[in-house]
Amino acid sequence: MTLKQIEGSHGVAETIALCRPEVICAYPISPQTHIVEGLGEMVKEGLLNAEFINVESEFAAMSVAIGSSAAGARTYTATASQGLLFMAEAVYNAAGLGLPIVMTVANRAIGAPINIWNDHSDSMSQRDCGWIQLFAETNQEAMDLHIQAFKLAEELSLPVMVCMDGFILTHAYERLDVPTQQQVDAFLPPFEPRQVLDPLRPVSIGAMVGPEAYTEVRYLAHVKQLQALYLLPEIAADFKQVFGRIAGGLIRPYQTEGADTVVIALGSVLGTIKDVVDEMQEAGHKIGVLGITSFRPFPLEAIREALKGATRIIVLEKCFAVGVGGIVATNVRMAVDGTGQRVLTIVAGLGGRAITKTSLNAIFLDAMADKLKALTFMDMNHSVVDRVLEHERTVRRSGPIAESVLRDIGVVASNIA
Amino acid sequence: MSYQPIKFYQTGTFTVGNRLLDESDRSVQATATRENSLNSGHRACQGCGEALGARYAIDAAMAASNRQLIAANATGCLEVFSTPYPETSWQIPWIHSLFGNAPAVATGIAAAVKIKGRTDVRVVAQGGDGSTTDIGFGCLSGMFERNDDVLYICYDNEAYMNTGVQRSSATPPAARTATTMALGKSPGNVFGQGKNLPQIAMAHNIPYVATATVADLHDLEHKVTTAMGIHGARYIHILVPCPLGWGSPSNDTIKLARLAKETGLFPVYEALDGEVTSVSKIRKHMPVEEYLKLQRRFAHLFGKNPATETIARIQAMADKNIRKFGLLGEGVKS
Repeated sequence: MTLKQIEGSHGVAETIALCRPEVICAYPISPQTHIVEGLGEMVKEGLLNAEFINVESEFAAMSVAIGSSAAGARTYTATASQGLLFMAEAVYNAAGLGLPIVMTVANRAIGAPINIWNDHSDSMSQRDCGWIQLFAETNQEAMDLHIQAFKLAEELSLPVMVCMDGFILTHAYERLDVPTQQQVDAFLPPFEPRQVLDPLRPVSIGAMVGPEAYTEVRYLAHVKQLQALYLLPEIAADFKQVFGRIAGGLIRPYQTEGADTVVIALGSVLGTIKDVVDEMQEAGHKIGVLGITSFRPFPLEAIREALKGATRIIVLEKCFAVGVGGIVATNVRMAVDGTGQRVLTIVAGLGGRAITKTSLNAIFLDAMADKLKALTFMDMNHSVVDRVLEHERTVRRSGPIAESVLRDIGVVASNIA
Repeated sequence: MSYQPIKFYQTGTFTVGNRLLDESDRSVQATATRENSLNSGHRACQGCGEALGARYAIDAAMAASNRQLIAANATGCLEVFSTPYPETSWQIPWIHSLFGNAPAVATGIAAAVKIKGRTDVRVVAQGGDGSTTDIGFGCLSGMFERNDDVLYICYDNEAYMNTGVQRSSATPPAARTATTMALGKSPGNVFGQGKNLPQIAMAHNIPYVATATVADLHDLEHKVTTAMGIHGARYIHILVPCPLGWGSPSNDTIKLARLAKETGLFPVYEALDGEVTSVSKIRKHMPVEEYLKLQRRFAHLFGKNPATETIARIQAMADKNIRKFGLLGEGVKS
């Protein structure tokens, strides 16, 4: 094993190259861009034999990917935030057509207000699109999940989204184990599509389906995605055999044995949470952690099983559904339906707000002391929010929320009439 | 393919009879070995110009590519009437993805074909004027700009026919559609700039751009064959009258396509690397009324109080095309 001190994005780019993609679609959007830049460099230098296509939008990126995958080429692209929303129609289409495209989503907030920093709003907006969604905890896992993603996608004939936290992972330099070509080749066989556009065997792909069969088609898509619940652990076991380390699977319990309180989260924040939990355990608290790697399909049974001993479940998520509350929490409630276990939602890290150990420690203690509401926004400046709400009650035309908040906080107050 | 100098008195019509041509010059559709790429049994309306245009265009592309053809199709009439699940009229590998992404899907197919070393396989993308000039315009321009090895064919029936005849950026001024009603002071579509896709395609300096109509199918086949002999981004814009949307008898489809050309409203030409290299001259110059009055979408221009001013403005558009492209003059073909 040789460790390389590289940026997370470049680790992913090098890993993708080892997966021998044949078509790569590139469109810039922060914080994903370094990945496709890295791949572009390798193609331009002749180190990677692939078609590298500079498209004119994310919608085109996914559309080119649809064409190349349907024509039998292993296809990769990456995006984030607004880009994922801009390609949304094609994202759904790729899943409906059963095309095993692999895409990195470098998780980032969604505007307005425009915000380039990390949270999970982007990929969560596409949680029902039919793609498999895997969340990476570390840069090493992001790399490893991509190798597994191609295998899973091609096995099931379904697209896979590998979600990694923008900036926190993509732009972090650390020592990473880039596997060898021999290892990847031993793990990932060449792409043999189930159905391909070929003049020798003409097929029509993408026909119109009416009410007589649409329900059945959608149900079968559901059943097909659920197959990943069995495949993901198998693929993770195979992966461990070849690469000698654990990556992937459905969920990742940490110190849950004997824990009354279990904190559930996705992505890189799990590292911080584990540190906090270690310290709290040392202080005598019965608290554990459950990381979710596979958000789609959502491993209802595995989570239910992992939460068996817990009396209190805290879901800490970097996203929320406006008008309802937690997104991950809602899914977790389905997993523990009928058990009577309480599920609390903590929304944290929106738009890149730092999630600190101090804040986590305090909020977990509050939760364990039953002082937490069902939905809590961690580290929110309540006085600002209250002032804006008060202002809106008195002045009917209060303007966009973002400007009101900024004006109130005073960042730009001096420039606003 | 050269054109045999046939006198029109030999046939008595504008149609050049295949029997008067050398066998090598005859229409692809006239051969027993034609592919029927878009096979019979589809659900197109009677007199559908798009079905006719697609059949000739794709069969010609099949012949020119030695049957090694893959097609990407935008959402629209052609897609809907050809592939009602679980049936298909397509005898070639064909994919429909979305309304606005056929050029990009075709780019993807071309990339896959290239990386797999299938140099013999060629790619076409096709769609109506809505998917081409409006919703898919960004993808089309991107495909042109990268000079991807795709022939894009637009079947222009001048409105969104599949959704019930709404205005597109290819709808002509004064035309009535479901969203440009024949009401008010200026009934029908506005006199805007429209979106002249062949000219926009030429501005990308792609190797080949051509226009054609379903009135001259031999010319259409010739242009598709020429396009298939070239690599890179190519664009063919075919005027395909729509009996439903235009409010015209289904047996007037060819006549209307011909009149669009003979009035000068739809210039028929070819351009190589951004420069016009040939135009189809007007054979018998007709006033635009002859074209307009056959269509109910222009009915509000006629009747008791004819909209002479509006008709004159449309005539001026035709006259401008004639000047710009030199559509009048000696010689049937250049």
